[in-house]
Amino acid sequence: METLKIKINGIECQVKKGETILDAAKTVHIKIPTLCKHPDLISTGACGLCSVKQNGKNKLLRACTTFVEEGMDIITHDGELYEIRKNILQLILSAHPNDCLICQRNGDCELQKLAMDFGIREQIFTSIVKDIPNDTSTHAIIMDPVKCIGCGRCVDVCQNIQGIWALEFLYRGFDMRIAPAGYLSLKESPCIKCGQCTVYCPVGALVEIDETHKVWNVLGNKELYPVVQIAPAVKVSVGEDVGLESGTILSKKLYALLRAIGFKAVFDTNFGAELTIMEQGTELVEIVKNKRLDKLPLITSFCPAGIDYVEKYYPELIANCSKIKSPYKMVGSLAKTFYAERMNIDPAKIFMVSIMPCTVTKYEITKAEEMFPNGYRDVDISLTTRELVRMIKASGIQFLELKEEEVDNIPGYPAGNKTIFGITGSIMESVLKTAYILLMGKKLENLEFTQIKEIKRVQTAIIPIKGFGLKVAVANGIASVKQVLEEIRKAKIEKRDIPYHFIELMACEDGCIGGGGQPYGVTNEIKEKRTKSLYTSSNS
Amino acid sequence: MEKYLEVWDKDQKEYPVYKHFANKIYEKGLSDKFGIYKTGFIGFYSNSPMIKIIPDNIIYSNFTDYDADEILENIEQNKILEKFRLKYDNRYLNIPEKNDINKQYKIVTRNSGYIDPENINDYIARNGYKALEKVIFDITADDVINELKISRLRGRGGAGFPTGIKWEYTQKQESNKKYIICNADEGDPGAYMDRSILESDPHSIIEGMVIAGYTVGAEQGYIYIRAEYPLAIKRLEIAIQQAKNLGLIGTNILGSNFNFDIELRLGAGAFVCGEETALIASIEGKRGNPRPRPPFPAIEGLWEEPTVINNVETFANIPVILDKGGKWFAGVGTEKSSGTKVFALTGKVVNPGLVEVPMGTTLREIIFDIGGGITDNKRFKAVQIGGPSGSILPEQYLDIPVDYENLESIGSIMGSGGMIVMDEDDCIVDITKFYLQFSIDESCGKCFPCRIGGKQLYELLTKISDGNGKIEDITKLKRIGMAMQKASLCGLGKTTPNPVISTLNYFEQEYMDHIKNKTCKPGKCKNLVTYLILEGLCTGCHLCVMKCPVNAINGRKRNPHNIIQDNCIKCGQCAQICKFNAIKRY
Repeated sequence: METLKIKINGIECQVKKGETILDAAKTVHIKIPTLCKHPDLISTGACGLCSVKQNGKNKLLRACTTFVEEGMDIITHDGELYEIRKNILQLILSAHPNDCLICQRNGDCELQKLAMDFGIREQIFTSIVKDIPNDTSTHAIIMDPVKCIGCGRCVDVCQNIQGIWALEFLYRGFDMRIAPAGYLSLKESPCIKCGQCTVYCPVGALVEIDETHKVWNVLGNKELYPVVQIAPAVKVSVGEDVGLESGTILSKKLYALLRAIGFKAVFDTNFGAELTIMEQGTELVEIVKNKRLDKLPLITSFCPAGIDYVEKYYPELIANCSKIKSPYKMVGSLAKTFYAERMNIDPAKIFMVSIMPCTVTKYEITKAEEMFPNGYRDVDISLTTRELVRMIKASGIQFLELKEEEVDNIPGYPAGNKTIFGITGSIMESVLKTAYILLMGKKLENLEFTQIKEIKRVQTAIIPIKGFGLKVAVANGIASVKQVLEEIRKAKIEKRDIPYHFIELMACEDGCIGGGGQPYGVTNEIKEKRTKSLYTSSNS
Repeated sequence: MEKYLEVWDKDQKEYPVYKHFANKIYEKGLSDKFGIYKTGFIGFYSNSPMIKIIPDNIIYSNFTDYDADEILENIEQNKILEKFRLKYDNRYLNIPEKNDINKQYKIVTRNSGYIDPENINDYIARNGYKALEKVIFDITADDVINELKISRLRGRGGAGFPTGIKWEYTQKQESNKKYIICNADEGDPGAYMDRSILESDPHSIIEGMVIAGYTVGAEQGYIYIRAEYPLAIKRLEIAIQQAKNLGLIGTNILGSNFNFDIELRLGAGAFVCGEETALIASIEGKRGNPRPRPPFPAIEGLWEEPTVINNVETFANIPVILDKGGKWFAGVGTEKSSGTKVFALTGKVVNPGLVEVPMGTTLREIIFDIGGGITDNKRFKAVQIGGPSGSILPEQYLDIPVDYENLESIGSIMGSGGMIVMDEDDCIVDITKFYLQFSIDESCGKCFPCRIGGKQLYELLTKISDGNGKIEDITKLKRIGMAMQKASLCGLGKTTPNPVISTLNYFEQEYMDHIKNKTCKPGKCKNLVTYLILEGLCTGCHLCVMKCPVNAINGRKRNPHNIIQDNCIKCGQCAQICKFNAIKRY
């Protein structure tokens, strides 16, 4: 790697070519303030807080987008720069509401932190906060244009990482706002409620609908029988918000905690996932056995955002989606039927709360009121990881000190505590193994997925089953999912053989561990740690 | 032919005056003696229609169709008809060398008013496409860049980057695809230089672009022009087609193996799309948001390929420089700023119009000698240079020679060439507010300092002009201005506070009048103005009562009237109409 000699604040240092000034400063332990910049997203240079000086030159440079050049002499902090940054911050604050105390991001807001760092004690400019109603139409995400600072992170995520294009910059100048194009509400827009925008938003402009108060109400209601289920991806991320290293697994402490705050039973969504796998394996076996190749490709259905995407963008493939419920609904359904029956509880009194790493489940449980086989709603409230953390804090329980407890099971069924579900490819692997045993009567050995060169985040494998090469694809992140489905669509139009027979799709990059309901401020680095920890736990 | 009549008409679609005169000449049997033709542009728009008589160099204007007989008769008899003659017409003549009569020097607008813009032969007859031929067959691309460097031509879009160096950057880039873009998204209020050039001499731009393409190795050019210029678009389309027919653009230009094609791209009215990176985003079909530079478009531009992007006026200079030589061009103008600059002189001047002067001409020469001074013999107050991004300069700077360095040293910019003259009736706070309103409306809203800073500046100015200003607001204006100038992403944001900062420097007293004394001397800030009727002088003639548009004046005839202040909208019509000076503004 070619290195360049530059000076930062008078200190000579060697930095890699192709690094920005911001990265270079980090290597010499200087932190330049940033607001709109996110390490994994496109740098737009919008906020101007990272402006730095070049010795002897009049023009300021944006540290986040300017690449280092040989011999640069950079000044990152001085009186003038402090004054400029403080003025910009004052301007941002003048257009941002002051209701920090009642904001969902209170204490976890990047703007609030900057205001604190800069020691802002008074608002010098007149407040010019806009008056626009917020958008709660999706039942999952609140979009508050008043709090939006216009950094554009959500737009980048929605358009480039997810390929959804539900969010767009509208209007110009001070009236500029981020919203779905064409005066639509989020519900009418192509939004799939994946919630990725909420994870990247630096302020409280995009947040999940907080339903913790409803859960507290239920917990205080003696009439009801509150039960809860927790998804595997939640267990590795909760720790981040209670001061632990990313990826710390807290399954058993969480079971104990949930009982301690009043849930009568704690289930693990893994159990539902295992059922899904059995069902889906059987579905695949039926298709292959009966040679109903016209029914292929089979698309997994456990990611509700992925299904919402298929419904909106590839309606012709709806029939190809697996008929199986998402694992959390499986658990909900079983809890209100078998569990109720065997434990002798009135199913109407069971109140099922699911704790999920995503926001779309909040929408999915309200989606079809009439489609409940047992007459009861499968899941009554779905919480995100972030809401769980809020409940932990509100409960006052030092849950890290609790004794580890085991999960409940529905009598006659295993509890299901493999943590691996939640990583991309995990469901696919298990379904294939199950189907292979059912079809061939022996274990599937040597299942190796290979990354496709042309499309990021898509892995494929070919499994020989009875002289038939079953081509499978695992895709995560809608931008990648889109390319896989596009290939299918093209092949169908041109009446060619379809390139994939069985597709696992996950709407969020890296699967559920990178879900839209996970703690704010996620980076690829954090996601990696979570993934690693899920792998190690499932192998142990 | 004895004489030629050049006709210019605001109605450039139908050209009724041209048709009428052509008919008359035919009817009178003068077709052998008089040639008549349409022309793109003579020099100024305030008087329409206009006829220029060549070789007499006399301009007639403000006549009607009925006067055609009289005018033709006089022309035939070599007489001058003073009643239609345009005042100061000799100052607008197209004399190609610098001279004392008109102080103008026409390089960019060399053909304006001399050729029919819809006829390529007219352009060729005036040495058109000669430079292109020279570039393709006689000299190398390096020679072209060398010549441009010798000429010291600087970009006329406003920032003044040396054109030769810009082309060299792009030329040195190794890439299969390169692009040439002509920025014709002229948007400054009161500026119409590019429009006039495109309407009166479209081929000069095309020739400049083809030369640029040959020099840097590009085969595709785009002209990004605002859709609000339908005539310029039409003329460009015609010019491109004509040049294609003659093999001057397209494949194998002039029989060589060089190919170059030009396409038009229409802007949808966003001012910020005149910023080069926003313009490129717009051509690519994205939202017209600027992006941080570097990388500069010369290295990474359209579709991430090296791109030369120049303004209309810059391209119009290219053929002349290559034809007459860089040394000749460098001889015009000043040491550091060579050549000429076209200004759109508007506002309170006697002869508003398009003027082209050598760099280094003083503001006084432009406004008083060429523009004919201030209308109604009022006092000069200020001149606004460089559009909404420029500065408002007071009388003390009238004698500075206009070039890039001098303007920069007093905190202004050359800009694209708008020049708006203000007299004592204009209120500085009000004017500044107007420019700010324009800039904040046109901000893309991407970068924080520009989006919020501009709005805050505007709010503060509104507060001051409403009479609610406080002394500390001046400090606030300066603080926001500083942050915007330093930390905005693109040129628009960096220059938005310029009108505020420059007027705070030069007209602080007027701000203080608004803040401390709550008065607006020119009477433009309506909240600070009161009209009162002086009882002693009022004769009760009732004229003001009839004139008042909102019935805010009370009073019986022959008795002194009074104004109901709550209803008064402070339009000042009553004071204007009063014959006894009984209505006073306070």
